[in-house]
Amino acid sequence: MDSLTNRKKVVSDKPMSLWEKAYLPAIISGMITTMRHMFRKRKTIKYPEEVREFAPVYRGQHVLKRDEQGRENCTACGLCAVACPAEAITMTAEERKPGEESLYREEKYASSYEINMLRCIFCGLCEEACPKEAIFLTDRLVPTYFERDNFIYGKDKLVESLDNRIDITKRQHTGKRSEI
Amino acid sequence: MSLQIISIILGSLTLASALLVVFSKHPVRSVIYLVVTFFFITSMYIMMNAQFLAIVNMIVYAGAIMVLFLFVLMLLNLNKEAEPVTTKGSQLAAFIAGGSLFLVLITALKDTLTLGQTYRAHNDQIGLVKQLGNLLFTKYLVAFEITSILFIAAMVGAILLAKREKQIIE
Amino acid sequence: MDTALLIEKSILVIVLFLISLGAAAYMTYFERKLAAWIQDRVGPDRAGPFGILQPIADGVKMFLKEDFIPAKADKWLFIIGPGLAMFTALITSAVVPWGPNLHLFGREISLQVADINIGILYVFGVLSVGVYGIMIGGWASNNKYSLYGAIRASSQMISYELAMGVSAITIVLLSGSLSLNDIIAQQSQVWNVFYQPVAFLIFFICALAELNRAPFDLPECESELVGGYHTEYSSMKLGLYLFSEYTSMFISSAIMAILFFGGYNFPGMSHFSGNTLALLGIGAFAIKIFIFIFVIMWIRWTIPRFRFDQLMHLGWKTLLPLALVNLLISGLVIAYNNGWF
Repeated sequence: MDSLTNRKKVVSDKPMSLWEKAYLPAIISGMITTMRHMFRKRKTIKYPEEVREFAPVYRGQHVLKRDEQGRENCTACGLCAVACPAEAITMTAEERKPGEESLYREEKYASSYEINMLRCIFCGLCEEACPKEAIFLTDRLVPTYFERDNFIYGKDKLVESLDNRIDITKRQHTGKRSEI
Repeated sequence: MSLQIISIILGSLTLASALLVVFSKHPVRSVIYLVVTFFFITSMYIMMNAQFLAIVNMIVYAGAIMVLFLFVLMLLNLNKEAEPVTTKGSQLAAFIAGGSLFLVLITALKDTLTLGQTYRAHNDQIGLVKQLGNLLFTKYLVAFEITSILFIAAMVGAILLAKREKQIIE
Repeated sequence: MDTALLIEKSILVIVLFLISLGAAAYMTYFERKLAAWIQDRVGPDRAGPFGILQPIADGVKMFLKEDFIPAKADKWLFIIGPGLAMFTALITSAVVPWGPNLHLFGREISLQVADINIGILYVFGVLSVGVYGIMIGGWASNNKYSLYGAIRASSQMISYELAMGVSAITIVLLSGSLSLNDIIAQQSQVWNVFYQPVAFLIFFICALAELNRAPFDLPECESELVGGYHTEYSSMKLGLYLFSEYTSMFISSAIMAILFFGGYNFPGMSHFSGNTLALLGIGAFAIKIFIFIFVIMWIRWTIPRFRFDQLMHLGWKTLLPLALVNLLISGLVIAYNNGWF
């Protein structure tokens, strides 16, 4: 069989020659290696000043999107909760009352929508399951807290605010889904 | 005069630390006091301008032999229960033996006062390396060489002892 | 005694003390930087520009940490241990000639605290006593890891002192004097390392072992003994142990520079005189010391640790016979050169 690389070395346990036993050549070659590393480019990203660029498909904190008119997309169908392998999503559905058309896009909406960020594995299956383009994972990081309660994100934290829309165009690299 | 005062202070400190070696209950502390004693002896050598002897005393006794002592003591189990019981009789015997050694030493050393005078009359550079080396390799050459042969014999003996034990195990 | 001499020497002592401590502090910084560079990292860079205030931050941290003494520890010896380690690390610098004589205020000022004619033996004497700090501290902690560290340190230091001493004797043979000043003066033309490369190699390896530096840092090897002899230490007592290691590294680099690399001698020395010569000499000496420190650190971040039996084999079965043979050969050559045959 052909070897995959040309770097393979045959290992043998034959006794070392006197030159090898002195170890000095090996030590010096090792020191040359470390010396070479001293002048290499540093791989470090100095975090607060520099931020590593996220991959376009990075999966961070979720967002519940609104449409162009500022209505919540989510219709509380529960497909995301079914798809979620970590069972992190719970929601309660409610019927839209007359006069709330400017708030919710569909006749049914989620009156509460919670994601437990301690359970969530950020797999992105909720995003794939969603038929209404309501939930997306973004490149924002979930901050840390000392109390566990803080990790259960309700609608207050998940739904994007009207004057501070979250840009998710980068995630829609396959193009926006056509209207049903 | 100030030299005399310093040597009196040094002497009393030497004696005090030597007494602490005997009287301290804990073996490790005893060894540490012994090291301190050696340091005072070293400083007394320096007072007599015997620099070489002083530093050799420091290297060999304080630096090597006492480290080995401490080394062994640290490996021992020094609990109160493990202490060997001493009877009144053995204590008395030890007291008599030690006391007679002390007497012998005093009688042997009481003449050194006059020796000290002759030392002063001598060249005070005698303790420096050059003079010492000259003496060792001319006047005392035979004694020096015999001592070194003795040391080599002891070293070979020690190595042989260590080796034989290994062969028995094999 | 001459009052001016007294003042001059006390100033020199204080300056040396501060320089040793400052050098040790900045060596910790340099070591961390070097380790980072070798591992393609940046190293400490937060405290001040390029992180140069890091040692100060470390020192403040050390001082503010809780000073803890284990319940079953031997309290007095536990306290004495780090102090002794630091003391022995510092007093070696007394015999080191740091440069040619300075001419200031109409006086010739020698940059050496004590010119004793057994300088090199004094260095070895202090070195052999240096192990007590580690031994006492390790034993007094009443911890098995500390005890292991202490025992390893003492046996390692005693073993390597022999080969080190024998290789230093070859230098004494060359110069015919035990005084460090004479040894430096004898190297004004050719440095000893060109006459005695083998002795230098042995001395360097032994110095690494005496300093408990990698690859011989078995007394404090983290992977086996937690922290070795300073496992139980905290706060500035730990700081003193770490500091003493760096101080002795500084001093032993100076000693190596004196014995094998001509101390403050530098090529083209005869063109200068007076204070210029003195300052250039100090500069040359500092550069040599820095190079040694750099190499010691470089080795630490390159070579893995020895096993203890390998360490003992290297010391007793390789270095000591090699040093003895080297001593014998150089003795014969020197005798031949002096026309004794």
